[in-house]
Amino acid sequence: MEKMSRVTTALGSNTISGRTMFCHLDAPANAISVCRDATQVVVAGRNIFKIYALEEEQFVEKLNLRVGRKPSLNFSCADVMWHQMEENLLATAATNGAVVTWNLGKPSRNKQDQLFTEHKRTVNKVCFHPTEVYMLLSGSQDGFMKCFDLRKKESVSTFSGQSESVRDVQFSMKDYFTFAASFENGNVQLWDIRRPDRYERMFTAHTGPVFCCDWHPDDRGWLATGGRDKMVKVWDMTTNKAKEIYCVQTIASVARVKWRPERKHHLATCSMMVDHNIYVWDVRRPFIPFATFEEHKDVTTGIVWRHQHDPHFLLSGSKDSTLYQHMFKDATRPVDKANPEGLCFGLFGDLAFAAKESLINSDANRKPYPGGDRRYPIFFFKKADPTEQFTHVSSVLNVFGTDLESNRMDWFVRTAQLYLLSGKPFAELCDHNAKVARELKRPRVSTTWTMLRIMFSDPANLTAPGLNHSHSKLGNLPLMNSFSMKDMGTGMGAEGRLERSKGELRQDNMHLEPGNLHINNNNEENEETEGSEGQAEYMFGDAELDDDDLYSMEHDNQMEEQEYILPPEAFPLRHEIIDNPSAPEHLQQDKADSPHVSGNEAEVMCLTPIESFSLISISQPLFSPHLPASFFCPIVREMLSYYAEQGDVQMAVSVLIVLGDRIRKEIDDLTQEHWYMSYIDLLQRFELWNVSNEVIKLSTCSAITCLNQTSTTLHINCSSCKRAMSNKGWICNKCHQCASVCAVCHHVVKGLFVWCQGCSHGGHLEHIMNWLKISAHCPAGCGHLWFSFSV
Amino acid sequence: MEVQDKESLGRWDGIGSRDASSRTEAMENISQEVMKKVEIIGPLPALVPAPPAPGSPPKSDLNDILAHLLMLSKKCPFEDVREGCLRLLQGVQNSGVRIPRPLGNGPSRFIPEKEILQVSKVDARTQSIFEDAFSALGRLDNISLVMGFHPQYLESFLRTQHYLLQMDGPLPLHYRHYIGIMAAARHQCSHLVNLHVNDFLQVGGDLKWLKGLDEAPQKLQQLGELNKILAHRPWLLTKEHIEQLLKAEEHSWSLAELIHAVVLLTHYHSLASFTFGCGIMPEIQCDGGHTFRPPSLSHYCVCDIANGNGHLNHHDDLLRNQEVCGEVEVLMERMKQLQECRDDEEASQEEMATRFEREKTESMLVVSAEEDECVPSRDISRHFEDPSYGYKDFSRRGEHVPTFRAQDYSWEDHGFSLVNRLYPDVGQMLDEKFQMAYNLTYNTMATHKDVDTSMLRRAIWNYIHCMFGIRYDDYDYGEINQLLDRSFKIYIKTMVCSPEKTTKRMYESFWRQFQHSEKVHVNLLLMEARMQAELLYALRAITRYMT
Repeated sequence: MEKMSRVTTALGSNTISGRTMFCHLDAPANAISVCRDATQVVVAGRNIFKIYALEEEQFVEKLNLRVGRKPSLNFSCADVMWHQMEENLLATAATNGAVVTWNLGKPSRNKQDQLFTEHKRTVNKVCFHPTEVYMLLSGSQDGFMKCFDLRKKESVSTFSGQSESVRDVQFSMKDYFTFAASFENGNVQLWDIRRPDRYERMFTAHTGPVFCCDWHPDDRGWLATGGRDKMVKVWDMTTNKAKEIYCVQTIASVARVKWRPERKHHLATCSMMVDHNIYVWDVRRPFIPFATFEEHKDVTTGIVWRHQHDPHFLLSGSKDSTLYQHMFKDATRPVDKANPEGLCFGLFGDLAFAAKESLINSDANRKPYPGGDRRYPIFFFKKADPTEQFTHVSSVLNVFGTDLESNRMDWFVRTAQLYLLSGKPFAELCDHNAKVARELKRPRVSTTWTMLRIMFSDPANLTAPGLNHSHSKLGNLPLMNSFSMKDMGTGMGAEGRLERSKGELRQDNMHLEPGNLHINNNNEENEETEGSEGQAEYMFGDAELDDDDLYSMEHDNQMEEQEYILPPEAFPLRHEIIDNPSAPEHLQQDKADSPHVSGNEAEVMCLTPIESFSLISISQPLFSPHLPASFFCPIVREMLSYYAEQGDVQMAVSVLIVLGDRIRKEIDDLTQEHWYMSYIDLLQRFELWNVSNEVIKLSTCSAITCLNQTSTTLHINCSSCKRAMSNKGWICNKCHQCASVCAVCHHVVKGLFVWCQGCSHGGHLEHIMNWLKISAHCPAGCGHLWFSFSV
Repeated sequence: MEVQDKESLGRWDGIGSRDASSRTEAMENISQEVMKKVEIIGPLPALVPAPPAPGSPPKSDLNDILAHLLMLSKKCPFEDVREGCLRLLQGVQNSGVRIPRPLGNGPSRFIPEKEILQVSKVDARTQSIFEDAFSALGRLDNISLVMGFHPQYLESFLRTQHYLLQMDGPLPLHYRHYIGIMAAARHQCSHLVNLHVNDFLQVGGDLKWLKGLDEAPQKLQQLGELNKILAHRPWLLTKEHIEQLLKAEEHSWSLAELIHAVVLLTHYHSLASFTFGCGIMPEIQCDGGHTFRPPSLSHYCVCDIANGNGHLNHHDDLLRNQEVCGEVEVLMERMKQLQECRDDEEASQEEMATRFEREKTESMLVVSAEEDECVPSRDISRHFEDPSYGYKDFSRRGEHVPTFRAQDYSWEDHGFSLVNRLYPDVGQMLDEKFQMAYNLTYNTMATHKDVDTSMLRRAIWNYIHCMFGIRYDDYDYGEINQLLDRSFKIYIKTMVCSPEKTTKRMYESFWRQFQHSEKVHVNLLLMEARMQAELLYALRAITRYMT
């Protein structure tokens, strides 16, 4: 509060000076108004009606107009206005429907001058004519506006809005005869003071009540309105039809709006509910307030600029019983806190990034606009305006198109679908997963799996498969490598750029608000790919125990060289994926059929000789055959953390599940839970419900497994009577019909039942699948089109 | 009973369809099934002429079906269904099974059946509203039938209610119905409780909860206090109450949920007022709505006589009309005078304040005269309440209702914004409903046409708000005294504050010359004014909590 900032403004002969200050009122204020020379302010409310002098350091109470032992309701003011010509003249609007004028020049204590009780309902607003001394206008809840000549005892004319209550009336600053009135039903009317029979024009400005309106002090055509619909609109009234030229969306219903003097595009608003701040907007920048005053503790009810030619002082009264003078220079500027960069991911992995041009150009790494790629520079210019205090800034919007194949998360989806996490002996699971990884061109992951198998398998079983596979592998690996080289070559341009931009983004992220974290995550997901080969080195460096595996070291070196040139991305997976879309079905089939094979491990191995990208081509045991499995645990733990940190939480969780008890104790529960949660979340984003469910089921954390126990109720409707099925069983006990009849074969479906949420017809999974091959319509003949069906 | 009821409801869905052929089909299914059942037990009643015990297990299911058929035959907005049901019932009877008959005539205890719109004879607009309601719920409750006098309002009412109960909202469906039950139970409104018990079970509510509030989740139990205060003394609501609900650790409410709950509570409190105020009968298919007993010899059911639906009343009506002829004219004269001499004698401000206080205090005392005359309350709702807490005690102790200035916290400016912020769209609907109720007029009074009734409507509205301590600065409360006579005030007071005590005598003793539709109109005003008053207090407390 004790900000000692002081501003002195010279305005002609007058000098206004002051600082941000406040005083306590005895009661909540409803409205405030200043006198013409900006030295005094009047505060009116239900229980208060006082005049304060504005001194340099403080407010000083000058006069209490609320006199009498038991003040009448005429003192209960909804609005007050100080005449801008005659400094002794005030008018108030009373909640009981009275319009009262006050003459400060009166010698007696009671300054009440005239009392008009013509309105039947609460008067919401009074307004003096800006240039005419004796003309006063009032607008009331009863739907009428009245014009008073203060020299007469009664109103001189009555204007009927032909509608609900009048919320505000304002004389035009420039047009002598015109005034605007705003109504509870959302309309704004323009009247000519000489023609009480009919409004000149009317338009609907808001949905719901228009609480306030204000003419622009300089531009005669502009009218600002604020409404319950939380909007402030600026209308150009010079054209035939009122045209909305600006619109500001606020966060709460707008109670008052006042143009800022000497600033053509600025206006101040305060709200009626919930939000206590006063905002000053530049109407051309409607998204962030230009300035905010946050002093009040309850809703602000009255705002007024202290002097009609000074933009630096704002006075406000509030329900919290305080009166404030705000210095403009003490206002908070939300713009300063706003994030000047914008970043967003598109549906297909495109990344849009907008920032100030200067910022981007200063980035040495960035070439302006390399042709032929998918960066779209877009500029935003502002017209130069001499009165404009904003430096005009051009922003650049970059759209980084990801090469559809390379950056896709396909590998993730594939891996999730193909990995086997349970149902087979450990060694087989490892082999299978290794194969999956290899097919997806993730050799490092593949190697990891193989090594896991070796580490944790019974050494006795180890030798046979190892021998078996060494041949097939020899042919495979070099081929694959050359392949990926080629691919990398083509994909390189885009990737390289993307990589750089990522580096940059990471910097930016440090400035970002927490709200942007999800983007960050996304980003990391992408990085997973790059990590996947970069780690090779680490991996093998660590796994020194199999030092005699020359082959793998060689491979590793190759990769490193490539890395030097290329950003480490796991791109070479595209064509393969697209070419074998049917793969998952087969494999899943495999999985489903697997149980009968399990048990005789050795046999399976022989039956599938091409499996496993095994690096262990040695026929003799690597190490003394009985190194306990726990010996490896620390290494595996580190490896898992490493994967998880690199973003490949998929690997971490999969290994965790497959290893099960072998490793679980080594990792603390919280970390495990964290991994599980991240992985499940990812799976669900990719709509891999089955996999996510499997993971939940297989997890050993109690916090995770219980995920499956929440919201397990599935409400179903009977397909014949469409009522909710209330009990178990196949028969709807309301219409006594079998509820779940297959629409194709007309038998009751027990087991997997698939049905349309639109028409609740459905049937056996295979039947429906077959049906959909021949028709898109519901087989029950209800005419429903099943295009949304994804079987 | 309730469970069976609920289960049997399912099959009725097809006949709510707008498509005539699917209705026919559904009707066909039903009749086959019913006849099948009748055949199974058919021979028994044929041999034994005595009416079968209504509670016997094998039959009760059929009985429910028959009761439902009876309801449909009377109240389904679709002609074909009504006829089909009637035929079917006839068939059942012919095969020797006793069919039920409605207990009491028509949807209201107070309004003779012939006065109320027949489902068969309504204009196209009402018809379509009825049809909508019927397809949505599979029934057309008596409340809607009575409101059918005012189709414009009914439409808005049903839309709001539907949104509150069925559409997007922060609370789960069964919570909504349970809150409805809690609120209705506060006023011992068995009609609403029955309806919502069925709905509650239908949406999968736990039967256990219905044993009493103690069995419900902690979260709902906490709402009990709010329910109690809102129903009887809303002015005592403070931000501390709100805080308790919002800061209760794992049982706490979110602001949006709370707003939803508050709207539901106030909705059902005021709907309970309407139900009692119009003497709504139990639904035919519910308990107490039908009987399997044969009509007694005199052809009058006891309740028929009690509720004045018998013929005896005609005579009475005529007599009464003569007695009080001119009541309307007097009222109109007063309104005219008030309008004219408004400016002549401008009461001083103190006088105005006194007038308000007088009305407020008087409104406290109005009811006490009627106190002894207590309708035996059903105890279906015992579980939900703290019976010692009511408006009555309060007025006896002579506590003072603090004054709430409408200008400081009004629905239009403040309440709306808050509701709409936390529960989007509902603010708009409530706003429309309030305006609809407040502005509804046909410019008639009894037999007179082209009357501006705004003054009267405002007096009623403000009188109700006055009872809740809400004061409008711009209203002269002297007008209330002029326009509302004592018997009317008694009725309003009873209906708003302890609706379960409303009697037919009260209903009849006010505005005797007015038509029933006009009395229903008054009831709508009362209901909405009460709802708004309660809402204002609740929302003000929430606003205070938020600031």
